[in-house]
Amino acid sequence: MKNKKDNTTLLQIKDLKIEGFSDERWHKIIKGVNLQLKRGEVLGLIGESGAGKSTLGLAAMGYTQPGCRITGGQINFDGVDLSKRTDSEKRKYWGNRMTYVAQSAAASFNPAHRLINQTTESTIRAGLKKQSEAFDEARALYDALNLPNPETIGERYPHQVSGGQLQRIMTAMAMSPNPDLIVFDEPTTALDVTTQVEVLAAMRDIVKTYGTAAIYITHDLSVVAQMADRIKVLRYGEEVEEAVTRKMLKSPKEDYTKSLWSVRSIQKPEKKSKDIILEVKNVDAFYGSFHVLKNINIKLPLGRTVALVGESGSGKSTVARVITGLLEPKIGSVKFKNRELPPSLKGRTKDQLQKVQMIYQMADVAMNPKQTVYDIISRPASFFAGLTGANLRKRVIELLEQIDLDESFIDRYPSELSGGQKQRICIARALAANPEVVICDEVTSALDQIVQEGILKLLGRLQKDLNLSYIFITHDIATVKAISDEVVVMNEGEVVEQGLKSEIFSPPHPEYTELLLSSVPEMDPDWLTDLLKARSY
Amino acid sequence: MHPVIKTVLERLGLGLATLFFVSIIIFSAIEMLPGDFGQAILGQAALPETVAAFRQELGLDKPAYIRYFDWALGAIQGDLGTSFSGRNASGADRSAEVVDKIAPRLWNTLFLASMAALIAVPLSLILGILTALYRNSFFDRSVNTATLTTISFPEFFVAYILILFFASLNQIFPSLANVDPDTNFGERIYRTALPAFTLTLVIVAHMMRMTRAAIINLLASPYIQMAKLSGASQTEIILKHALPNAWAPIATVIAFNLAYLVVGVVVVEVVFVYPGVGQLMVDAVRTRDIPVVQGCALIFAVTYILLNLIADIIGIVTNPRLLHPK
Repeated sequence: MKNKKDNTTLLQIKDLKIEGFSDERWHKIIKGVNLQLKRGEVLGLIGESGAGKSTLGLAAMGYTQPGCRITGGQINFDGVDLSKRTDSEKRKYWGNRMTYVAQSAAASFNPAHRLINQTTESTIRAGLKKQSEAFDEARALYDALNLPNPETIGERYPHQVSGGQLQRIMTAMAMSPNPDLIVFDEPTTALDVTTQVEVLAAMRDIVKTYGTAAIYITHDLSVVAQMADRIKVLRYGEEVEEAVTRKMLKSPKEDYTKSLWSVRSIQKPEKKSKDIILEVKNVDAFYGSFHVLKNINIKLPLGRTVALVGESGSGKSTVARVITGLLEPKIGSVKFKNRELPPSLKGRTKDQLQKVQMIYQMADVAMNPKQTVYDIISRPASFFAGLTGANLRKRVIELLEQIDLDESFIDRYPSELSGGQKQRICIARALAANPEVVICDEVTSALDQIVQEGILKLLGRLQKDLNLSYIFITHDIATVKAISDEVVVMNEGEVVEQGLKSEIFSPPHPEYTELLLSSVPEMDPDWLTDLLKARSY
Repeated sequence: MHPVIKTVLERLGLGLATLFFVSIIIFSAIEMLPGDFGQAILGQAALPETVAAFRQELGLDKPAYIRYFDWALGAIQGDLGTSFSGRNASGADRSAEVVDKIAPRLWNTLFLASMAALIAVPLSLILGILTALYRNSFFDRSVNTATLTTISFPEFFVAYILILFFASLNQIFPSLANVDPDTNFGERIYRTALPAFTLTLVIVAHMMRMTRAAIINLLASPYIQMAKLSGASQTEIILKHALPNAWAPIATVIAFNLAYLVVGVVVVEVVFVYPGVGQLMVDAVRTRDIPVVQGCALIFAVTYILLNLIADIIGIVTNPRLLHPK
């Protein structure tokens, strides 16, 4: 394949307007956006959820999701206005001259077909290559994307390879017809940081080699900084600003853009504490015969935050299950104020239950959708503190004030709340029990940056006011820096190291911590290049 | 051993265990039937000694568990015992082997069931796929309404309507489906046409709607959007991307309906005077011909278990996670 890069315009979107149908009416999703892309150029689209970046990315292919419609504007792709074409006309472009890489590779591959057949499906359908030729080229792409066993990995089914590998195979699938344009829709969001680095590098190399133009959609500025030549910031379906990557990172013009990396700016000074309120001692735990936790020792100082960091599968959420008694450890124990807690939830007294509360990642599913805010918060308040009637209502209002919401929220249902408000209600529910220890399991992972900042500040203030101790489970290093006093690094069910934040984040590091910390993308366009160079030595 | 073979063997084992329990239930249920065969045959006036002797001759005086094992061991070897009917007070014995009574009837039932299935299964799959393809269109709604209408009427009603239009007003098919072992194949098909159509109308809705729902359910999957964005046409998306992942629920519903074709067609048999197993069983219950009732019930149980086993196996072999383990 030859490099397609030259300076001609490939895609020009003019004053595009898209509406989506929900709640019995049409809502504006994209409100007149312009976009221009040259051959071989990579444009980063960034914004928070609801900014319309995915809708815009798909629209660049002339595709609208079911329930959406284009109400105005043009999508000129190589001289053809796709917004005026029928599906069967656009099908000639899809999977041929333009391809798509989706966020969740695991869900975006058909479980019933072999990977190589899916990789080459559109190439063969479009009649670009014969099957044997397409297969050979797919294997070459697998090799170029650093996949293990490139000759045979295509014979596997999607469930037989890992998430990071699937994401690279999807990139191979997008490259297979040698398209003019690839739309990457949050392709690394679902991956662990250490995996993300490899996938980013592979995607960047291959796009550069073939000179393919790309639109790279993400909410993560530091990721887009590695990939894009230019960055466009979107909010509420409108453009906020657009600039060349380096310029955008160095001097963003708009306040909104500046606020996008605000979480990274929170820096909490760490504090030591001698009093230990909770201790996990020599714990080994199993799921069936699978050894999830291996000799775990964690100490939680009173009034402080211990961050539990690790990638998916490292066992960090299982530690929370052991502490709350949802999973009985095989060996070892959990001590609260130097007294051993019964291993199982059933054996614990009301008082013991009250002291340790939990907040979850998905506020959406952690609340009963048929209960009002009052029902949700009042239940632990009446169960643990025995409040009733007017006292109970007073307490609920007090709790709402603590989380910066007012009385007007009391009769709302979860579906009438925003993502950040839902998480606040979950915090209030945990506080309603008057706990001393709160376990926060990825509580900000599903939230946008600005909302994250609000939640983290709230948790910090509550800690000060109520002298709470937090165990904060997260995979995000920026969040760790923003909230913790001490850090526990976990990998494959073991504690790699534990110590004050300043100790953990300053070298020398154990090998795994080094890998983890160095894999966190930085807001520097050269970060990935430098990292790969450093690692190749 | 390949895990699929292991799972299939496990299911087979479970099926046999189920059959064992069902046979116990069949046997005890019949034990609990009111009335006594001897008394019924010999009449109210019979002397108690005569009744006792008669019972002894039939083996009814032995304890229940011994009779169960005799019956179960025989059944395993293909011997379902001797029918009680054909005996009478005069002592003449014209009774027949249960197997000989059931076999020709079972053959008739299976013939009718196969005919109905051959029409209904492909028809429901095609309609299901087409309605999924043109969902919410006029075609989709008409097919849904039509199949729901036919399933909502009682079977005998559907049967009489068909007789009215296709046998009475227009004499295309016979209204009586009376066949005997000498009827040749073509004639058999001709005579069983109306009952087969009736059954088809009764079962199509269920299978067709399940096919439609199973496919539409998958159309919301990210991999379907991916297929669209790689240029696949609607037909290709449904046949190549949705259907291969939808077989498990479809197979279950098909198995359920096929089982119904074998065990639930008494009403249709009666309407068309078709000599099938259903009628045989009803007659046997009326005359307290216990071995025949047991034999029929056992065959019905085997049918259910076998068809569901096949549906399970289809579900397993169409699931790549089970077929191609990590």
